[in-house]
Amino acid sequence: MNTTATGGISVQQVTKTFQLKGDDFVALDRVSLDIADNEFVTVVGPSGCGKSTLMNVLAGLEAPTSGRALVAGDDVSGPGPDRGVIFQQYALFPWLTVRKNVEFGLKVAGLGRAERRERAERFIRLVGLEQFADALPKTLSGGMKQRCAIARAYAVDPSILLMDEPFGALDALTRVKLQEQLLDTWSREKRTVLFITHDVDEAVFLAGRVVVMAARPGRIYDVIDVDLPYPRTEEVRLSPEFGDLRNRVWHSVYHQTPSEGRS
Amino acid sequence: MKTSTTGRARNGPDTDADDAPTAAADSPAAAPASRRRPPKRLILPALNAASIVAGISIWWILALNGFQFPTPPEVVATATELWRDGTLQEDILASLGRVLAGFLLGSAAAIPIGFLMGWYTVGRGLFEPWIQFFRTIPPLALLPLVLVLMGIGETPKIFVIFLAAFLACVISTYQGVVGVDKTLINAARVLGARDGMIFVRVVVPASTPFILVGMRVGLGSAWATLVAAELLAAQAGLGYRMQQAQYYYDIATIFVGIVAIGVLGLLMDRLLLLAESKLTGWQERR
Ligand SMILES: Nc1ncnc2c1ncn2[C@@H]1O[C@H](COP(=O)(O)OP(=O)(O)O)[C@@H](O)[C@H]1O
Ligand SMILES: [Mg+2]
Repeated sequence: MNTTATGGISVQQVTKTFQLKGDDFVALDRVSLDIADNEFVTVVGPSGCGKSTLMNVLAGLEAPTSGRALVAGDDVSGPGPDRGVIFQQYALFPWLTVRKNVEFGLKVAGLGRAERRERAERFIRLVGLEQFADALPKTLSGGMKQRCAIARAYAVDPSILLMDEPFGALDALTRVKLQEQLLDTWSREKRTVLFITHDVDEAVFLAGRVVVMAARPGRIYDVIDVDLPYPRTEEVRLSPEFGDLRNRVWHSVYHQTPSEGRS
Repeated sequence: MKTSTTGRARNGPDTDADDAPTAAADSPAAAPASRRRPPKRLILPALNAASIVAGISIWWILALNGFQFPTPPEVVATATELWRDGTLQEDILASLGRVLAGFLLGSAAAIPIGFLMGWYTVGRGLFEPWIQFFRTIPPLALLPLVLVLMGIGETPKIFVIFLAAFLACVISTYQGVVGVDKTLINAARVLGARDGMIFVRVVVPASTPFILVGMRVGLGSAWATLVAAELLAAQAGLGYRMQQAQYYYDIATIFVGIVAIGVLGLLMDRLLLLAESKLTGWQERR
């Protein structure tokens, strides 16, 4: 499959079990998924269906029990700067300013001071935080923190962005604004994106493809193509086509038939 | 009369309100309140001062009414006398020297060991039983043993102070390291950081607040231990001076010693508090 040769993702028969009081708990059951280079894929599903586990496997923070996870054709063997991760809890370093947070990965990579500063500046501007470059995270709103986290992930120039419910803690208005900004950023700086959410509207609005997962065991339940044009404007969001897709995804998430003894 | 004019001048003119809408929205609410009573930041120090004055007055009244206390002026006179002949400075220097030596050594040992315990299972496994055991023993209880083993010079006193500071600080450092937010570590890992880098750039700054709290507790503990150690075995120092004064029924000197210990302890605590607010101002307070 040629998607694995470029900056794409290939998940092949990945199973992940956790030991829970002696029992094996199946968080992911033979999950397979291919994501093409620069594709924007969202994952929705009820809580506990293994969304975060799937992302952690791809991020290299957890190893699959069996199966393979490939990124750009190589097996994932640990975290690396080729995959940027954005967490729901922002995970900004609270003792560093916005600028120093964005520079963190560049410092790790050994870039010189001038180059760090220049790159950081560029991505801080990309997310519109230039007024707050020298502010500490505690002075920022939730939305601003997440924009900073996005800039930090972008700054190390990953080919893949993994986002775990990044807007989940934000109010509805801020969330809509950040969705639009994220798409705007993505259209200017194309990356392969795997975006996890529990919000059906968000899943449809952002994605070229929506992956619906089911729980017990965690598995892929349905994959729905979103044939809506980019840029996704408010017009798109309010269109009947969007409504139809939203209804389809909604049904797939909220009216799942139980698993028929797959394991 | 004068205050009300300045008050009106401050939030009166409309031009100001147009220039700064937020300031204009704040000041009308603030101004009447400040006219009625002084703001809170003045009330608290005023109450503090009043309380101190009242306390000293009660002391004075008791001293004049048959209690065995020296009066405040007598204590001041004794303090001046001790200062003139250099005894007070000598005692303060002796005590401070010991407490700083013990405290600095204790913290310097506690921080790396706390990190080892928090970061490596092996470190934790090896150190934990000893720390848990010694934690339950007041360092002073070891003084007889330490005096036998180390003689009666400075070493045994500095050693018990070291122990007091070390035990307070090591536990706190360890808890700080163990409690570092896992998502911060993951965030550093996904940005490409390896263990060494994560340690220096994430674990150390994230546990700084805990270390500083540990150091403050350690300093308090060191100070308490010092004075007690000097009461038992010393040739100079504030504790020793009070011990001597006890023989001669010199209550004024004992008072001077108590006040000096209190003031110095307070000063050292404030210094660490200042360092804390400088180093951990990034913390989100809830
Ligand atoms: N480290 C772990 N140990 C044990 N169980 C875990 C662990 N991580 C996740 N799980 C379990 O796996 C399931 C899937 O978790 P997760 O991937 O976080 O779900 P989601 O993100 O979709 O809500 C949950 O039931 C959770 O309790
Ligand atoms: Mg999750």
